[in-house]
Amino acid sequence: MITRQFFDWPAFGWRSHFDELDRMRRQLDRMMGDTESQPFRGPGRGVFPLLNLTEDDSNYYLRAELPGVKSDDLEINATDNNISLNGERKLPEENENARFHRRERDFGRFSRAITLPGKVDNDKISANLADGMLTITIPKAESAKPRQIEIK
Amino acid sequence: MADTQSREMQVKEKQEVGQPEQTRPAPVFTPAVDIFETDKEITLLADLPGVTSDNLNIDLNEGVLTLAGDIEPFENPDEEDLLIEYEVGQYYRQFTLSEIIDQDKIEANLGDGVLRLRLPKAEKAQPRKIEVKAG
Repeated sequence: MITRQFFDWPAFGWRSHFDELDRMRRQLDRMMGDTESQPFRGPGRGVFPLLNLTEDDSNYYLRAELPGVKSDDLEINATDNNISLNGERKLPEENENARFHRRERDFGRFSRAITLPGKVDNDKISANLADGMLTITIPKAESAKPRQIEIK
Repeated sequence: MADTQSREMQVKEKQEVGQPEQTRPAPVFTPAVDIFETDKEITLLADLPGVTSDNLNIDLNEGVLTLAGDIEPFENPDEEDLLIEYEVGQYYRQFTLSEIIDQDKIEANLGDGVLRLRLPKAEKAQPRKIEVKAG
């Protein structure tokens, strides 16, 4: 039923219907060969870095694309079920006589925080930065893991 | 770059490549690049997060430089999406070079998801200072 569907959405703020719709629309556009349309920006988006959050039974996985960011320039903090990312992307100084033809790569400081939808085990969070891709693995708290109930 | 301290990074939506169409129905993005030139060489820097050196193809043919990067899926198939703000796909970009490049001396370096490509100009393309003798 439709009413149930509406109230069935998870209660965390960052997952909006619009994000989902936006993604579907872009996928449809791609199928139709329409690349002209402008991306729609849903609430909570537009802050660097863009994040992808996925889960399986035991972990949450938070991923971000951070090309050119050194692990020394990145700080990850976890409190309760909040994860915050702070850092700076520095571009090396180039030859001062160089003439720039294109300058599309951005640099500067960034900061982003996200609240995870469930309880997590803060002590066992691990992060890996490889090839400009950050992956943070956040184990779920024992109480939040799905448990299979044996039927007697 | 004196104002580095106060500068905040802005989000840039990945730009999708329009033409030519791909045989595989996966998104293809245009990587952000910096290109600068000195008297001796052209340097190209490209952001290619997630691309490893095995999956990067650089080709220079008849003055057209092609960058093509493939991404291996890094999510486990049993992961469920909770929040997706960016999409992952291949990278593709082409440039026409007006300078003559010394193909043997091209150097490519990929680290932290950033490609650094040095394209040295061929000897004859380098500017030569012509001395004018007084006589």
